[in-house]
Amino acid sequence: MPSLLAEKTEARPNPRQEEAVRAKGASPRRRRAVTLARGAAGLLTLAVIWEAAPRMGLVDSYFIPPLHVVLQEWWSMATDGELLKHVKASLVRSGIGFSLAILIAIPLGAAIAWYRPVREFFQPVLELFRNTAALAILPVFTLLLGIGETSKIAIVVYACFFPILLSTITGVATVDPQLLRSAKVLNLSAVATFRKVVFPAALPTIFTGIRISGAAAILVLIAAEMIGATAGLGFLINYSQFNFLIPKMYAAIITTSIIGVAVNYALVALERRFSRWRPA
Amino acid sequence: MSSRIELSHVGQTFWVRGDDDKQLREFVALDDVDLTVGAGEFLTLVGPSGCGKSTVLDLIAGLATPSSGRLTIDGRPITGPGLDRSVVFQQYTLLPWRTAAANVEFALEAKGGSTKRQRAATAREYLELVGLSEFANRYPHELSGGMKQRVAIARSLSYEPEVLLMDEPFGALDAQTRERLQEELVGIWRRLGTTIVFITHDIEEAVFLGQRVAVMSSRPGRIRETIGIDLDRDDAGETDIRASRRFGDYRHHVWSLLRQQHLDAVPDKELASA
Repeated sequence: MPSLLAEKTEARPNPRQEEAVRAKGASPRRRRAVTLARGAAGLLTLAVIWEAAPRMGLVDSYFIPPLHVVLQEWWSMATDGELLKHVKASLVRSGIGFSLAILIAIPLGAAIAWYRPVREFFQPVLELFRNTAALAILPVFTLLLGIGETSKIAIVVYACFFPILLSTITGVATVDPQLLRSAKVLNLSAVATFRKVVFPAALPTIFTGIRISGAAAILVLIAAEMIGATAGLGFLINYSQFNFLIPKMYAAIITTSIIGVAVNYALVALERRFSRWRPA
Repeated sequence: MSSRIELSHVGQTFWVRGDDDKQLREFVALDDVDLTVGAGEFLTLVGPSGCGKSTVLDLIAGLATPSSGRLTIDGRPITGPGLDRSVVFQQYTLLPWRTAAANVEFALEAKGGSTKRQRAATAREYLELVGLSEFANRYPHELSGGMKQRVAIARSLSYEPEVLLMDEPFGALDAQTRERLQEELVGIWRRLGTTIVFITHDIEEAVFLGQRVAVMSSRPGRIRETIGIDLDRDDAGETDIRASRRFGDYRHHVWSLLRQQHLDAVPDKELASA
């Protein structure tokens, strides 16, 4: 199981490493089963504490209801379509924002990286923007674009844009010059050089940014939906809390966590597919 | 499939910053280099490091333009890189995300005018030529240094260039692998008849490979002498021609040329303190 905490995904072990592992007698499958079992035990412990603590009166069961109450609520929301409506609203917004950010940031980043003076001009400005919290800008977007869908998508684009842009710049700027030389020897056109040499070489680095953005897309959107929306998971969490629908609130929070984990796993899997060639 | 290369009065100067006063000054890398490489000839260029050997190769490859003089290939002036010439560098320049076969196909894609199936067939053919058929689907990080360089050679030959330029391609390999690749390179050259210009600082390598060895002197870079090598390499596999008397004589001749210029170059005070 790839670790979500790791900055970069591990490469597939090469045949030599696989052999070394075999020689040590530890079968990778068994090792993986153990890791999986321990992880499951961790989750189970959390679930048990959540169930037991309110029942034993350690916490106020009104504010933190036992887990089975939350799960029951989750199930009824899932079956009557309420959950689906909010999940869909959130996923569409973050999906559009995330995709737009990728479409804009990668070509722009490549262009900035390709021309060194342009890169040196932009780098500090971009660092500044990147370190400005997306939510700090939310009022600006609300002011300019109103409280409708546009401003929420815009905030997602903003949050996703900079990690992808900066990783594209780094990835493209650090392509092995020797590879560029061999492209030059082959008299490759600028477009072909970019498509066949620069982009594939930069892709693993770009993916680091894409993964960071994937997580940001959801986090930022939830917060934005709490401020002004009539649907979406952020709205659902906030609305439930205002109306003292506490189990509903926890059910919505759990849903956002599950979506976050799923998105990250999907991106990690995609990244692995694209960087199989990397030596470990 | 071979071309004649001519360099006449070629000079190359760079602007470099001095170590002591940080002033820009002219550095003469090459001065009045005259060199002719016949069609189908295997020429080795040997010289001390920093003598401008790689500059000569860059100029022939079209990766740089000379400050003065003329370079021609079959009478046509060289204005830039072209698919009539290919280069094998010392550093491995395989695309790490492509398998050995796909790396060879990369060059064929650059050439264009072939279908995917044709490219795959050509790649297989050239990997076989360098003895790597079984490793076609390996990624570069799964290959040894020698294998990577074989793939690079296969890639360079696959689009049938008329001139193969090699910049110390075996410099990073261990001695045994290097000797094997030298022998195989001679075999490949015999079969294809491509013009080869091979740069090295290894005297034995230069003598073993070249029909002619051009010895360069440094600061400024010039061709000091060109020596015709007449060795019978036919049974290089069985007999150790590097141990033969003639080989030794050639080696010594090149060695003394390089040695002499080394002595010329060393300042008096260094000799006095030695």
